[in-house]
Parts: sequence; C-alpha cells; structure tokens
Amino acid sequence: MDDEGQTGLLSRRGCLRRAATLSLLSLLPLELRASPQDMREAMLAAFGDRPIIPGRVRLTLPPLAENGNSVRLTVAVDSPMTEADHVRFIQLFSPENPLPDIARFEFSPASGLAEVETRIRVSAEQDLVAVAGLSDGSLWSASVHIVVTEAACIDALL
Amino acid sequence: MLKARISVPATATRGEVITVKTLVSHPMETGFRRDALGAQIPRNILTEFECLLDDESVFRANFHPAVSANPFLSFRLRAERSGTLTFRWRDQHGEETTVTRELKVDG
Repeated sequence: MDDEGQTGLLSRRGCLRRAATLSLLSLLPLELRASPQDMREAMLAAFGDRPIIPGRVRLTLPPLAENGNSVRLTVAVDSPMTEADHVRFIQLFSPENPLPDIARFEFSPASGLAEVETRIRVSAEQDLVAVAGLSDGSLWSASVHIVVTEAACIDALL
Repeated sequence: MLKARISVPATATRGEVITVKTLVSHPMETGFRRDALGAQIPRNILTEFECLLDDESVFRANFHPAVSANPFLSFRLRAERSGTLTFRWRDQHGEETTVTRELKVDG
C-alpha cells in the first residue's frame, strides 16, 4: 500500500486494491473476532455455571442496520423494581465482535423501570445476547439476530 | 473534562418514573483500528458511568469498545425526592468527567 499515488477511489486499480484489502479482512477474523468459545468464556466469567433461562428480557434492535458503528439498542425487563424484587443488572454480549463484552448496566429500586437505550458497534451479522440478573439471583436472557450492511471496526483499514 | 449533554425533566411528580438521557463526546477508540500507515490506533475508551442522587448510586454502566463513539444512554429513575443528580464518566486511565443537575420533585 505504499504507492497509492493518484489512484482515485473509483479507479479500477483502487477498486482492486480495496477488494484485495477486503479479502485480507476475511482472513483477519481469526484474531479480530470473538469465537463462540470466547463468548462462552465471557459468560462463564460473568455468571459461572449458574443456569440462564431464556425469557423475561426484551432486547430490541433493528433487524437490519445500515451502519454497524452506531446501532440503536433497547433492553428492558418487566419487574416491579422494589427492594424485594428488582433487576440488578443487564449485560450485553456479542459472539462476533472482536470482544464478546459490550456493556453492563446496573439498576437499583430507584430505577423504577429496568430499561436502557444505548448505541453499540456491530461488526458482523450475528445473534446479540442480553442477560439479566434479578434480585432473587435468577438469570434470564434474550437473543436477537442482526444483519449489518456496513460493519463497524473496518473503516480505518481501507 | 469531556463535553456532556444531559436531559432531565424540569420537574417530576412524586413517584413518577422519569427518563434521563446522557450524551458525552468521546471517540471510544476501540484499539482494533489502524491508521493510514498501518499502525494500530491505541485503545481509548470510557469504561464506567455512574448516576447518583445526592450520595446514593441509582444507576451504573460499564462500557467496552463495542459501545459507539459519543456514548449515549437513556435510562429511568423513579422520582421520590428532590436532590442533586450527579453524572460521572471515568475513562480507562481513571480520568473523570462530572456533571450535576437538580432534580425537582413536587408534592
């Protein structure tokens, strides 16, 4: 990539070069992607071998994201949010981003509602996972499939 | 000190669940990108966020590089009493940005 010269973005050479970079990228995932194993390890580190029950968590994402650098995400759990019965945390995981951890949110009875909206990076088509921990110690999860047309993490490489 | 924008309702009735929105300007550099010369751009991210009502921690978050640049959060609070809301972000080096807003609860 030393003789970039005057090759414009739309020139044949430029396109070929970018295509070559892209094909290199498809080799990169070996190190730039979390593997299902990394994901299992991240969840094991967070929750040990406690059972995680599918349900109760509402994870809302667009099914198709134009821009993987900023994907709007809402996650919520129905809970009275009292001292005796509330959501302690919600944690988000990605099986395909370079790192499996995305974010963790900690609530209190003063939250009133266990609901958060944020924006995340998504580097590939995948099933994102949210795990909620309740005050009774139970763990609940939801998983949502997302497709991205322009993935995060690669822009500066081209 | 980072530039932060906070949205809190001007007043709330006692027991009302309000929505708090925060936006802070920060690149959230992942550490996975390379510059034009191929050199790795070092990771530079915010790692923690906390919201306190007076001295009581009411909401916390931990961020990893997968959180988008200029982290946005919208979360809920049950307004039981007036007080000072403190919003605090901490980056990976321990640098803190703190912003406060008054919460006014009627009744």
